[in-house]
Amino acid sequence: MAKARTSYLRTGLIHLALISYTLIALFPVFLTLVNSFKSRNAIFRDPMAIPTPSTFSLVGYETVLKQGDFFGYFQNSMIVTVVSIAFVLLFGAMAAFALSEYRFRGNLLMGLYLALGIMIPIRLGTVAILQGMVAAGLVNTLTALVLVYTAQGLPLAIFILSEFMRTVSDDLKNAGRIDGLSEYAIFFRLVLPLVRPAMATVAVFTMIPIWNDLWFPLILAPGEATKTVTLGAQMFIGQFVTNWNAVLSALSLAILPVLVLYVIFSRQLIRGITSGAVK
Amino acid sequence: MSDIDTADPEIAPIKRPARWHILVFLAPAFLVYTAVMILPLIETLRLSLYNLVDNQTVFVGLSNFITLFSDPRLAANFWNALWNNLIFFVIHMLVQNPIGVALAAMLSVPKLRFATFYRTAIFVPTLLSFVIVGFIWKLILSPIWGIAPSMMDLVGLKWAFAPWLGRPESALITVSLISVWQYVGIPMMLIYAALLNIPEEVLEAAECDGITGWSQFWKIKLPLILPSIGIISILTFVGNFNAFDLVYTVQGALAGPDGSTDILGTLLYRTFFGFQNQMGDRSMGATIATVMFLIILAGVSLYLFVIQRRIRRYQF
Repeated sequence: MAKARTSYLRTGLIHLALISYTLIALFPVFLTLVNSFKSRNAIFRDPMAIPTPSTFSLVGYETVLKQGDFFGYFQNSMIVTVVSIAFVLLFGAMAAFALSEYRFRGNLLMGLYLALGIMIPIRLGTVAILQGMVAAGLVNTLTALVLVYTAQGLPLAIFILSEFMRTVSDDLKNAGRIDGLSEYAIFFRLVLPLVRPAMATVAVFTMIPIWNDLWFPLILAPGEATKTVTLGAQMFIGQFVTNWNAVLSALSLAILPVLVLYVIFSRQLIRGITSGAVK
Repeated sequence: MSDIDTADPEIAPIKRPARWHILVFLAPAFLVYTAVMILPLIETLRLSLYNLVDNQTVFVGLSNFITLFSDPRLAANFWNALWNNLIFFVIHMLVQNPIGVALAAMLSVPKLRFATFYRTAIFVPTLLSFVIVGFIWKLILSPIWGIAPSMMDLVGLKWAFAPWLGRPESALITVSLISVWQYVGIPMMLIYAALLNIPEEVLEAAECDGITGWSQFWKIKLPLILPSIGIISILTFVGNFNAFDLVYTVQGALAGPDGSTDILGTLLYRTFFGFQNQMGDRSMGATIATVMFLIILAGVSLYLFVIQRRIRRYQF
């Protein structure tokens, strides 16, 4: 009896602790979303209240959509993120296949060389990256961002994908070879479909830092036409710092896509982390 | 490749057909990675040894570093940023990682209800960008809006409120804690994964010996997850000494008040691009980037060659 009671007590305390922390984690996000739908007076008078018909207002969103080109920023972020992920997955999978499938001179060395970037942040090369982009005439283009993010994402992608590719059965690939498939066909038609779950994990891991990055858009593509959502929100808020409705609405617009994607992909992401993809 | 094989028959005694496909598979990743990441990194390191003299770029050896470490104005900024960065890192190690481990330990209690929900919710801040996180907290802690004071009033702590972000003595700690709030999800997830990987038999054997609850955590689980704690520590280290975005969004490029939240990332940004009345300086920027590179390299090497070797890995 005594043991059962302490166990109930223990579970209760654990729930209490976890609920408290969940509140701490979600409260600021909740506060922003709720207040973005309220009139200016209501934001200050009663910040915790949920918008009622009398306090409901979309004035913040109107300002944001009129003043900043948020759809354009959003489109830029989408293009940069999607294209970079596509390159990271394609190039990363190809390199991972070469490293895990074939034995050739320099294999280990190449693997170590490509893994360097997992620990050394690409940011440290910014001075010369900017110089190179200026020389190549790529400043203020989305191409510059795509190139940087592809290079940034490749090391981890290659590392994770080659771990997974080692688990693809050799018999299958050899059967393909006997049937006369080329090495390219073996890669694209046999191996790639089998590592699809790992590819999804890599895609999610690659996506978050790209979408959220402020440093490279600020340095390489600060022009109005190439602003990403993160940079756009940053600059907009800097300008409208006293317009609380507009600031809260801009924040909500920046949060929303991430939350939607997270709800869709959270199982994939969490399975990826917990299955030991990152070790 | 085939040229090398025929020219050097001793290394490749068996004549194989040229395996061009290996090259094709490796080339795109290798080229992009080398051109956009490795070469600029090397170029940056090289630039730190050059400076402009009479509008000519000349080799100056280590004089940029000497300037950085001893010039009255620059050195003061540099040592301040380095010291702040160190505090930033220590706060993460002391607050973020223990909370992460505690949350993971609670989540991994068998048959806990709503565990998926907690896990998903606590990870949300990690996905948000620094811009969002920075501004949300700036608003919450702002004395104008008054969310923080009225929240503290609920628990009778209103007297303890202060505009923390505006005071030099508390600003750095506040910014660090905001960053901890954002990133606690990462140690939580990695430790959670490590705890799930502990085999059931080990825990059953411990229970047979009467080791349960707290002592089970300290004596059995903690030693088994030490390698993951090592990984978290090095990830935190690299992330912290490369941080920029949060300080930039919360306190601006000047990292105020009075430089009290200046870290190496913001110092690099200001030095390289210039800010207000300060001119941008490419060579000095490269020098600071090189120092950051050396710090990170030292940390990673320490981890790989000393810490990782000492931690025993248990294979199941």
